[in-house]
Amino acid sequence: MNWTFFHKLGSPKWFYDISGKWLPWLQVISLVLIVVALVWGLAFSPSDYLQGNSYRIIFIHVPASFLAQSVYLMMATAAAVTLIWKIKLADMALKVMAPIGVSFCILSLVTGAIWGQPTWGTWWVWDARLTSMLILLFLYIGIIALRGAIHTTEAAAKACAILSLVGVVNIPIIKFSVDWWNTLHQGATLKLTEKPSMAPEMLWPLLLAIVGFYLFFMMVMVLRLRIEIISRERKTRWVKELVS
Amino acid sequence: MSNVDQQSMHGFSACLALIRRDLILAFRSPGQTINPMAFLLMVATLFPLGIAPDREVLSELSAGIIWIGALLAVLLSLDSLFKNDQDDGALDQLLMSPHPLPLLVLAKVFSHWLTSGFCLTLMAPLLAIMLHLPSDAFSPLMITLLLGTPVLSLAGAIGAALTVRVQRGGVLLTLLSLPLYLPVLIFATGAVNASIQNLPYTGHILWLSVFLILGICLAPLAIAGALRVINE
Amino acid sequence: MLKVVQLSCERDDRLLFSNLSFQLGRGEILQIEGRNGAGKTSLLRIIAGFSSSLGGDIFWNEQPLSTVYADFRLDCFFLGHKPGLKLDLTPLENLTWRAKLANTIINREILLAALDRVELAGYEDIPCSHLSAGQLRRVAFAGLVASPAKLWILDEPFTAIDIEGVSWLEKLFDEHTQQGGMVLVTSHQPLADRQGKLRRLNLEHFAAVCRGLPHRGLLMT
Repeated sequence: MNWTFFHKLGSPKWFYDISGKWLPWLQVISLVLIVVALVWGLAFSPSDYLQGNSYRIIFIHVPASFLAQSVYLMMATAAAVTLIWKIKLADMALKVMAPIGVSFCILSLVTGAIWGQPTWGTWWVWDARLTSMLILLFLYIGIIALRGAIHTTEAAAKACAILSLVGVVNIPIIKFSVDWWNTLHQGATLKLTEKPSMAPEMLWPLLLAIVGFYLFFMMVMVLRLRIEIISRERKTRWVKELVS
Repeated sequence: MSNVDQQSMHGFSACLALIRRDLILAFRSPGQTINPMAFLLMVATLFPLGIAPDREVLSELSAGIIWIGALLAVLLSLDSLFKNDQDDGALDQLLMSPHPLPLLVLAKVFSHWLTSGFCLTLMAPLLAIMLHLPSDAFSPLMITLLLGTPVLSLAGAIGAALTVRVQRGGVLLTLLSLPLYLPVLIFATGAVNASIQNLPYTGHILWLSVFLILGICLAPLAIAGALRVINE
Repeated sequence: MLKVVQLSCERDDRLLFSNLSFQLGRGEILQIEGRNGAGKTSLLRIIAGFSSSLGGDIFWNEQPLSTVYADFRLDCFFLGHKPGLKLDLTPLENLTWRAKLANTIINREILLAALDRVELAGYEDIPCSHLSAGQLRRVAFAGLVASPAKLWILDEPFTAIDIEGVSWLEKLFDEHTQQGGMVLVTSHQPLADRQGKLRRLNLEHFAAVCRGLPHRGLLMT
């Protein structure tokens, strides 16, 4: 198999050049999608027959939860690429994705708590989903802390990659354990996001919001990745020419 | 063929030599073994003082207290698992060995378990009495500790390997290891509490065994990989 | 036989050396020289398989090293800055676990003879914590004496060794090379060349000269 395209994709300079062209599009599309979805969801969707208007927080909560989990999967993929093909760009992606993942994780937890107050009458419930999300936050924090503690770039890269893979093996186990624990301790909980049938007027803005959040994540990641590339490649000729 | 057999035989004797070495070391500086045990005892003392010496309250909490204490005690002892070897250069000798590194690492983790988790398990009946654990729950507590503490050593050793070069890496090690410890904690305390309520707990025990087998198969690979990466 | 071809090494964004090629054949000693930070230790750790290089190839007995690590490790004795001894153990106990780990067949007599050779007879049952830094080094050298390894990789072995020790260590090198062994050693002090077997290699000659690389590699080492 011809791997040139793969290596080209892994070239920081090539990525820097091409991502500069993507960036404006990503910015415009993600912002438009999010604005449309939120205006639609917050102002025009019908209110819920059980929860009234408080359910509308799902237009932020659900996309944030989606992102919090899939960013970790993306990090694990980048970790595998880092360890197998040793592509530097994959490690840079791994590094810049972690803080974004943490942000979505916190956003998901905070919006969950805000939603919990009117629905459950309390800010926090030891519900399986919330607990799993909290543990996911710990996994993210661990990766960021490990990178901060190791001073050589390459050792930090490989250590974080190993930790991400260990984490991704553990996520299903943790999820399963927490679900088991939760059924033992709480019986049935309110399953707010698992409505058997969601009204299409609610579903469409939600889907739009999810796509918008993904694009927003891409945009933030590309922005951060470009900064990371410049900082790591600062000694190369192309970066020196670029900044001068 | 015979060459391969001989090699694996020597690999086994290298593992025995490592276990022997670490046990002699533990014997000559017993603080490494005794301190986590004392820690567990003190943690168990804090709970009645901090919550209530009430028999009913304690018997409900006791499984959780003992397990959380044991988990933290194991974490305390893990910090030095590879760091001592790194400090005196023995880690280089481990990495230079012609034997498979995951095997050697497994031997090291085993001797760590013998000097930490196993000793904590032996201490558990005393704590169970102190905390009024119902006597029916003694045997599930011992079984979960015997099955669960090796998993704590295995999973924690990954963190210990990743932080071997980090100065004062104890807190970081805790951050990395605790999420991996949650499933063990959930099923172990679940089993003990189920037995208190006269519910079957075989399922919990089987899941703990699954974690142990998974840990024995996968953790040495991650530990060996981490040691090679960090010791560049 | 050890062969290094076009090796280059980078540490923390700094190119330490590049285009380094040399061979180490049976019965040869190669002394690596260079100022502090020239990459002497890095070179030894790359060859021993701890770290990876930025580029270049290493061959062991004409095979790429990465494919024959298990054989290589059987044939190689590595001694770094730290002697790799447990201070709570006696010299005899230390030598035993190290030999087992290195897959060397030993018994008490061999080890006692080795300790005698490094002038530590009578110290075999004294905990290493009671020995001086130089004596600890000697214990590690006793492992060298007892080892059948063909290639010795020694990083600054003369540290903390007295003058007398230096001369018998050099004699040890001579004996090893006479039996067809190889020695790769870093040292600041020049080794006496007894039989014309010693070669010197100054890493500073391979230091990177170009500043501002045209293009950084996209792969990690």
